[in-house]
Amino acid sequence: MPGFDHVYHAPSEHDDAREIARNARYGLWLFSLYFAIYAAFVGLNAFSPDVMSTNIAGVNLAVVYGMGLIGAALLLALLYCWLCRDRNAPAASWDPLSGKRGSGDAEVGR
Amino acid sequence: MIPQPTPLAIAVFLVFVAITLGLSFYFGAKAKSAAGYFAASGQIPWFVNGVAFAGDYLSAASFLGICGMISRFGYDGFLYSIGYLAGWVVALFVIAEPLKRLGKYTFADALNSRFQSRGITFAAGISALVVSVFYLIPQMVGAGALILPLLGLPHWMGVVTVGAVVVMIVVTAGMVSTTYVQFIKGGLLVVFSGILTIAILQRGLKVDDRPEASAPQTYLKTGGSVIVNGLPQGRKPGEADLRPVGHVSKLPGGAKETGPLSPWGYLETLRDSEIVLWSETKSKSEGGDLTTYSPVPTPGADVLQPGRHPMFKGLRGESVWPRLNFVSLMLALFCGTASLPHILIRYYTVKDQSAARWSTVVGIATIGAFYVLTLFLGLGAMTSGTIDLTDSNMAAPLLARNFGELLFAIISAIAFTTVLGTVSGLIVAASGAVVHDLLTGVLKVELTDHHKVRVGKFVAVIVGVVAIVLGIWFKGFNASFLVGWAFSVAASANLPSLVMILFWKGTTKHGVTAAILAGMLASLGWILVSAEAFQNVYGYSGDDAAKAALVPFSQPGLVTIPLGFLTLVVVSLLTRRAPATE
Repeated sequence: MPGFDHVYHAPSEHDDAREIARNARYGLWLFSLYFAIYAAFVGLNAFSPDVMSTNIAGVNLAVVYGMGLIGAALLLALLYCWLCRDRNAPAASWDPLSGKRGSGDAEVGR
Repeated sequence: MIPQPTPLAIAVFLVFVAITLGLSFYFGAKAKSAAGYFAASGQIPWFVNGVAFAGDYLSAASFLGICGMISRFGYDGFLYSIGYLAGWVVALFVIAEPLKRLGKYTFADALNSRFQSRGITFAAGISALVVSVFYLIPQMVGAGALILPLLGLPHWMGVVTVGAVVVMIVVTAGMVSTTYVQFIKGGLLVVFSGILTIAILQRGLKVDDRPEASAPQTYLKTGGSVIVNGLPQGRKPGEADLRPVGHVSKLPGGAKETGPLSPWGYLETLRDSEIVLWSETKSKSEGGDLTTYSPVPTPGADVLQPGRHPMFKGLRGESVWPRLNFVSLMLALFCGTASLPHILIRYYTVKDQSAARWSTVVGIATIGAFYVLTLFLGLGAMTSGTIDLTDSNMAAPLLARNFGELLFAIISAIAFTTVLGTVSGLIVAASGAVVHDLLTGVLKVELTDHHKVRVGKFVAVIVGVVAIVLGIWFKGFNASFLVGWAFSVAASANLPSLVMILFWKGTTKHGVTAAILAGMLASLGWILVSAEAFQNVYGYSGDDAAKAALVPFSQPGLVTIPLGFLTLVVVSLLTRRAPATE
């Protein structure tokens, strides 16, 4: 079963410079997005705590935002893994950061 | 409260320890090389590594501390859950891949991949050691504090047991056995927290309108004895013990009982209920130290809001300093995770960058699920009459006891295994820093692969003994804030270099060395002259500590993390044209 078997894998590091740059760029974009959401949460709690008692779907913003931050971390992490997947196979893909459609290789050189 | 350990709890605990040690000896036969000992030869499957991330990261502070804090003060404890989890985003998006690509055993490798500088290795090795020891002390003290109520053994036996078991785990198979112990612990922690949460939701909320549930309690400490509610503390007739507290006093619509609730329904109902929390006032009299616990009926909406815990009270006040303190804390939690040496070394146990990414996703899923559950466990303890007023860390185990002795025994054993998993990770990190960074990197001691493993095991034993001594020495010292310090120091010392070396070509080796040392010393210095240190370490009262403090707020991150970046940039610019000297 993938992910479980404790067997020796030959090291499969491929230091493709374009791929490294691409992954780092995706990482920074997603990091910035999450940082903005987190900073807004911290800022609201620190400087406008009353907003946190706003009723949202039966509970308050504090709980919804907190749970949202945990959920968002997982969603963005999955998105990142999907964006960084090995794209040697020439399949059409969609880049959610630019909104452009194109082949995997075309956007790497962007 | 007087602890009530059961033979069942001791039996389950012994089974856990036996499984842990058996596993270590099984893997011990396989780990012979330095790569195997320090980094499990990069052969750990990503799924196992991901759950092991959770086992490594979720220390006793997370499990017992956060549940306890939520049970006493509501939402405030959940702020820690949010901050601790958010830090993983930095680890995944910014640090994981380059770290994996550039390093071998320790994060000093990655920092040094461009420079081969002894200065960097020295600074990074020392900061790894300092952070690991800060983290280690509360774990060991926690082990001693846990063993009394859970197993009925004295403090020192808890510390020695944990120390001995952990040294065995690490010495037999290094990172391989450590990983599998953490995998099992991480899995058990989430599964049983889930079971406990289902039990809480199935039971729903219930009004407790017995008058004695809301009666104030007193705890008088005189010389050698303790008087509880006017009677000597004990379980015999004519003696009394503190009642476990916390209950719902009003449900919406005047209902007495809700029956089973959905997770969201539980929070919604709680928001519209009234819950009895407890305040404590301490006074000194001729008779001794008197603590009075009084019921405080609180609207559920207020419980689900930040600002009840003493640390977060300032969020509801006028002054700006407590608000900056809060921002500083949340920044340190955000930046600290990706700078903790015992977490970073786990990236060297998988085969490639893709496995590093996927194991982080599994880690985030496991840890995130656990932190969501902490909210329900804490609120469950708050409303089930299971808060020990003298020790909020016992909220989760006492809540489990509410659902039967077996669950109590298992949760207790898991709490203990929690300490084992985290401490073994810390010891591997510390011994890696000593052997790989300081001995071979800085002092240039020539070690063969075989010798590296032997010296590594020897250092692990020494670190284990030091941990045992510190654990006994710091007994009774409320050490939980040391975890917060470790995050602040790690974030201030390590994060600026890790980030800048990856994203700024102008970084020089002198810049990195200076940034690590400046970040480490500035954050340590700030902490040592803060109100928190005056109160917790030097024994000042709350008001005197605030007056004596030399810095306006206790959490250093907001100042010292930017300082680390600034130092790196300034020193790098100044030394950019200097020719290489090493």
